[in-house]
Amino acid sequence: MWNWFYKLASPPYVYRLAAVLAPWLLGGAALCIGYGLVDGLVFAPPDYQQGDAFRIIYVHAPSAWLSLSAYTLMAVAGGIGLIWRIKIGHAVAAAAAPIGASFTVLALLTGSLWGRPMWGTYWAWDPRLTSELILLFLYVGVMSLRSAFEDPGRGDRAAALLAIVGVINVPIIHYSVQWWNSLHQGATVAKFARPSMPGSMLWPLLSMLLGFMLFFGGVLCLRLRGEVLNRERQSSWVREVVRAS
Amino acid sequence: MNSGAALSLDQVHVWRGDRHVLRGVSLQLRAGELLQISGPNGTGKTTLLRVMCGLLRPEQGRVSWCGEAITEIREQYQALLAYASHEPALKGDLTALENLRFSVGLKRRVSAGDLTAALACTGVEACADLPARVLSAGQRRRVAMARVLAMRARVWLLDEPFTNLDAAGAELITRLLREHVERGGLGAVVAHHALDGLRRLELQA
Amino acid sequence: MNVGAWQVLSLMLRREMCLYFRRPDQLLQPLVFFLIVTALFPLGLSPQLSLLRDMAPAVLWVAALLSALLSLEGLFKGDAEDGTLEQLALCGQPLGLIVAAKTLSHWLVSGAALVIMSPLVAVALGIPREAFPAMLLSLGLGTLTLSWLGAIGAGLTVGLRRGSVLLSLIVLPLAMPLLIFGAGATDRAISGASAAGPLYFLAALCVLTSTLAPFAATAALRITLE
Repeated sequence: MWNWFYKLASPPYVYRLAAVLAPWLLGGAALCIGYGLVDGLVFAPPDYQQGDAFRIIYVHAPSAWLSLSAYTLMAVAGGIGLIWRIKIGHAVAAAAAPIGASFTVLALLTGSLWGRPMWGTYWAWDPRLTSELILLFLYVGVMSLRSAFEDPGRGDRAAALLAIVGVINVPIIHYSVQWWNSLHQGATVAKFARPSMPGSMLWPLLSMLLGFMLFFGGVLCLRLRGEVLNRERQSSWVREVVRAS
Repeated sequence: MNSGAALSLDQVHVWRGDRHVLRGVSLQLRAGELLQISGPNGTGKTTLLRVMCGLLRPEQGRVSWCGEAITEIREQYQALLAYASHEPALKGDLTALENLRFSVGLKRRVSAGDLTAALACTGVEACADLPARVLSAGQRRRVAMARVLAMRARVWLLDEPFTNLDAAGAELITRLLREHVERGGLGAVVAHHALDGLRRLELQA
Repeated sequence: MNVGAWQVLSLMLRREMCLYFRRPDQLLQPLVFFLIVTALFPLGLSPQLSLLRDMAPAVLWVAALLSALLSLEGLFKGDAEDGTLEQLALCGQPLGLIVAAKTLSHWLVSGAALVIMSPLVAVALGIPREAFPAMLLSLGLGTLTLSWLGAIGAGLTVGLRRGSVLLSLIVLPLAMPLLIFGAGATDRAISGASAAGPLYFLAALCVLTSTLAPFAATAALRITLE
């Protein structure tokens, strides 16, 4: 068991492992997202209140969920790199940041598209979307801090520290934005909070969620391979890899 | 402290980005031993000094004081230490005396008399009440050296203490280094010209 | 012989105050900036007090955030440039204590000064006298919390060339809960409602950051000092 953990800290092992995992994860993602899209967009019944507009939930909810999980993953991986000085942790954090930021942008875009038929405007300072926007700012901060350092080692550690501070702040931001919303706005259409969703709507959603997670894992593996190659470009095993290809 | 008190570096590696600055430096310093570090520019002399004082944590290797890693006993170790970087590290808006009081005072309780004595020792007692920004480069260097003296530290880590000094000043530093060794102190000095009686570590490009 | 924690704190506070008061212009600039920003809003909006009163909490708080950030940039920068920060890091005292002393003295000359000056701006923006206690309390708690958050940001960006923009970029998102509760408290006090709720939240945030931020700022400084 411990042996496996030690292996996980070794860049060449991770490089090969990611190559093996990526096709399986991406294949699974294609299946899940394929089923979810067809079932969710074609076969699920329209919502009695929102009509067909609700179907954007099948893209919006998984990306919003992943934007948060990717940030948490980034903070945890960075923390592992910061505390135990395991370099692969920083590589994972650096690989995850742009993917997470993209999911955040996707969640914002789909959220505002949904807002158009619901509120008649693209942006209505809905609390969840506002939190999502602040999350995007947090991502941008971490990514620009990492790239601002000339020495990549210090950039990694600084970004990891900021990600950890951010992850403590995310729930605070979330609740403060909700409090702010309750102060300034009357109750809007409760967005996707639906205590009992019929199975015909729920199954495609769960499938999409799983598919997005697998997709995230697959893309993370691909990006991680690039990160590891770039970070280890001075080492002998990378030269062998380059020579072999 | 017992006589075996020693600072030791064991296979220290430091990378700066792609540059492998220190490649497996190992050395040991006993009480009464002063090491001269020399070598061409960019070979990591300052980096080595910063590793020795614990500002820079090496990627590989171990720095220990009396057998204990300095990361474990950081505050105790640094209390025994006087570091002079190659800039004099003085606040321009504070007088020479205030500069000393606010940095030496964090290390040990000192009286103003102690501090003026240290300034007199390096020949800058006349500058005690002048703001550091009006002092000449050589005077600032002497004030920085007075700070090292006033700290009464066992370990001296000095980065090019001879810069900007006239012949008399260089002689003064050499004498202070010798007295430090005679008191049983240890440390390392980055210097370009040969210093008498010091073990030398030549860093290669 | 040994120097205790209180002596370290008092020595550092004296050092910081000496440095701040020998450069009074540095002290005044953020405060003048605060005044200028608050003056921009009536000029851009309208001098109608009823309209201004609605905007007042937001104007006050945004100006306070920006002016505090402006001065936070220099928290470690001067010491890092002349090399005294290394001396402080090597003084054999816990670096957290040094960071705490520097942050508290920064708050005394920026945050506390801003709190003292805020009634002036409040009158100009048409905030009624009854709302002053809540406003002052919220600004006091908020600027202290911001000083702590800013210490983390300043520690992370201290060695960087374009650090000032980056500092705002990383600190402002973290400070948004402060803006929400701070402006919320002032807003409630203006409309005559009880401001206790948001003030409690602010106090909780202040306690949370005062306990955690010194560690984070110390870790940040150790990274950038390397």
